[in-house]
Amino acid sequence: MDSEEDFMSQMSSDDENMNYDSGDALSDADGMSDPIPPQGMPPSANIYPDFDEDYDQPDPDFDLTSKDLEKTKKQAHIVPFNVYDPADIQKQQDGMINEVNMILDMTKEDAAIMLRYFKWNKERLLEDYMDRPEHVLEAAGLNTTTAKPPKLETIPGFMCDICCEDDDGLESFALKCGHRYCVDCYRQYLKQKIKDEGEAARIQCPSDGCGRILDSKSLDILVTSDLVERYNELLHRTYVENKDNYKWCPAPDCPNAIECGVKKNQLNQIVPTVECHCGNRFCFGCPNPDHQPAPCELVKKWLKKCADDSETANWISANTKECPKCQSTIEKNGGCNHMTCRKCKYEFCWMCMGLWSEHGTSWYNCNRFEERSGSDARDAQAKSRVSLERYLHYYNRYANHEQSARLDKDIALKTEKKMVQLQSASGMSWIEVQYLNSASQSLQTCRQTLKWTYAFAFYLQRNNLTEIFEDNQKDLEMAVENLSEMFEKPIVELSDQKLKVDIMDKTAYCNKRRVILLEDTANNLAQGKWLFNGDLNMGSSSSGTSRR
Amino acid sequence: MSTKRISKEYAELSQAPPDGYTVTLPPSESLHTWHITLRPPPATAFHPGVFGILMTLPTDYPFKPPVIKFVTRTYHPNITNDSLGNVCLAILKPENWKPSTKIAAVLEAVRNLMIEPQPDDPLEERIADEYRNDRPEWEKKVKFHVEKYASEPPVFPAGP
Repeated sequence: MDSEEDFMSQMSSDDENMNYDSGDALSDADGMSDPIPPQGMPPSANIYPDFDEDYDQPDPDFDLTSKDLEKTKKQAHIVPFNVYDPADIQKQQDGMINEVNMILDMTKEDAAIMLRYFKWNKERLLEDYMDRPEHVLEAAGLNTTTAKPPKLETIPGFMCDICCEDDDGLESFALKCGHRYCVDCYRQYLKQKIKDEGEAARIQCPSDGCGRILDSKSLDILVTSDLVERYNELLHRTYVENKDNYKWCPAPDCPNAIECGVKKNQLNQIVPTVECHCGNRFCFGCPNPDHQPAPCELVKKWLKKCADDSETANWISANTKECPKCQSTIEKNGGCNHMTCRKCKYEFCWMCMGLWSEHGTSWYNCNRFEERSGSDARDAQAKSRVSLERYLHYYNRYANHEQSARLDKDIALKTEKKMVQLQSASGMSWIEVQYLNSASQSLQTCRQTLKWTYAFAFYLQRNNLTEIFEDNQKDLEMAVENLSEMFEKPIVELSDQKLKVDIMDKTAYCNKRRVILLEDTANNLAQGKWLFNGDLNMGSSSSGTSRR
Repeated sequence: MSTKRISKEYAELSQAPPDGYTVTLPPSESLHTWHITLRPPPATAFHPGVFGILMTLPTDYPFKPPVIKFVTRTYHPNITNDSLGNVCLAILKPENWKPSTKIAAVLEAVRNLMIEPQPDDPLEERIADEYRNDRPEWEKKVKFHVEKYASEPPVFPAGP
């Protein structure tokens, strides 16, 4: 997304902002909704909240003025993370393998097996190995060792124990454990393990009861290159899955992995949204797409509530009342106002919800007002209606933004076409029409944020902070609706230079409003200042914050 | 590619079967279906029953494990007490199976399961509870099942 926004107004890339700008822009107003930290950032710097965003390695040639430092202050709603492509992942593994190879004086293949056994925890490996090497080797599947490198052999009189073939000249293979099988059986075995079962890191010798693990050198001798490729892919997978602070990008066909240092117990103070190089934005703390500003726990509750309630809630609200005594939900599908609850046999009037016997002689004609039992019942009912209506208020807005984001996405797909048309209609160059793309991206991101502000607001208690939040929400919503309207204008109007400038301004404004909203919520979340209502029990693991 | 291996294993097992077993091939069928009868040793509650076991070898045997089912109804924590007679056996799980594992070893494991049920890894929760907590009652029911279902030589279902 960044690259498109580079075309906007005066915006330049993060690094340029930092090093050359005079520092007049506010740190959170640079229109960059989501800068990606550079690759070179050491993982150890990722400890929240004392991180310096992506500027923690300033070039020594540049003297940072105090204003620059002010500007480089972290943004609370952005967590530090790194994106790794398959080559990076390979490099990391190779690096660790080489290290263990050097320290422990074992072959690289064995070092790799050991590391996988220890789930890539190098420190633990070294420690355990120093304590009792035989035990560790045995457990990792490296028990017996003969020095010979693996190779195919033809042994006279050999019979394969798997297929029982004993032809002369049958090629055979054995791992270092010496359990020998014919090449065909070995290949079939590996193919099944790798292709059908998706196994890689823990493929054992085919011999019953032998725990020797297959190493990659032996694999190279035995199988075709497509299987080797698949094998390596599976190894990558276990590498990433074994590391707590790594996650695969969940976008279809994206091969990248993300590293993020946010721990599970920080999730009620941080919403760790990350963005892959492929453009996919998702939450590092839970399986959902980006849900800022709402914390993971809230999102989980909300989604569950929506799955339970929303379908039927509307209908219930429109067509039913609750029995004043047992609160069973009752639908009146005809007949008179004299209701008898099927469940508790309570008799009441459908109109005033009062006790039927109090109607005295005014049977079947409820025009009464101000009887105690009736007004109490109406109060109780009103209360439950209010809570339902409150939920529906937030749900409808949440669902509306979700729907609009979907529509905006359809439009985004058409944007490219629109941009081409616009070029021919107005004579603008390809670069000059990029602003449409930026606008479309911005619309989607802001809608995503807006959607979750409603789930967030549903669980908030009313206080001053909530009011500030709602103001921010309102501002962002208005800006987004305006932009959305401009964006949908026909080509003829779009070629007007003035509208172009308006759209660019509005895009920048939307991005800015979004950042302001997210900063406000993230800061308060980190400090535990939000007060959530009874439906949501957060903060059980919050670390000494001011939440009651 | 598996024919040679299966023939060899069959030859060995039909000539010198493990204790309590008889192994036959159903007439006019491939080597991939075996009819096995088991007479559990006298020390078990299942004595003197005769149990029929249907073993199917998948086409990619020995790379995939055989499938075994009890055709005789059996009152046992690890065997479903129904007409399917599925068995839960660790050695047959794909992650534990090795191509070099022999059918003889599978039969050995089945016999051990009859001698010593594994109530901690049950297919029939209720029978497992009974086995753990009320052994005499369990043995009574086993006897009853043996008399009712396992007193005659088993009838194997006709081919697939």
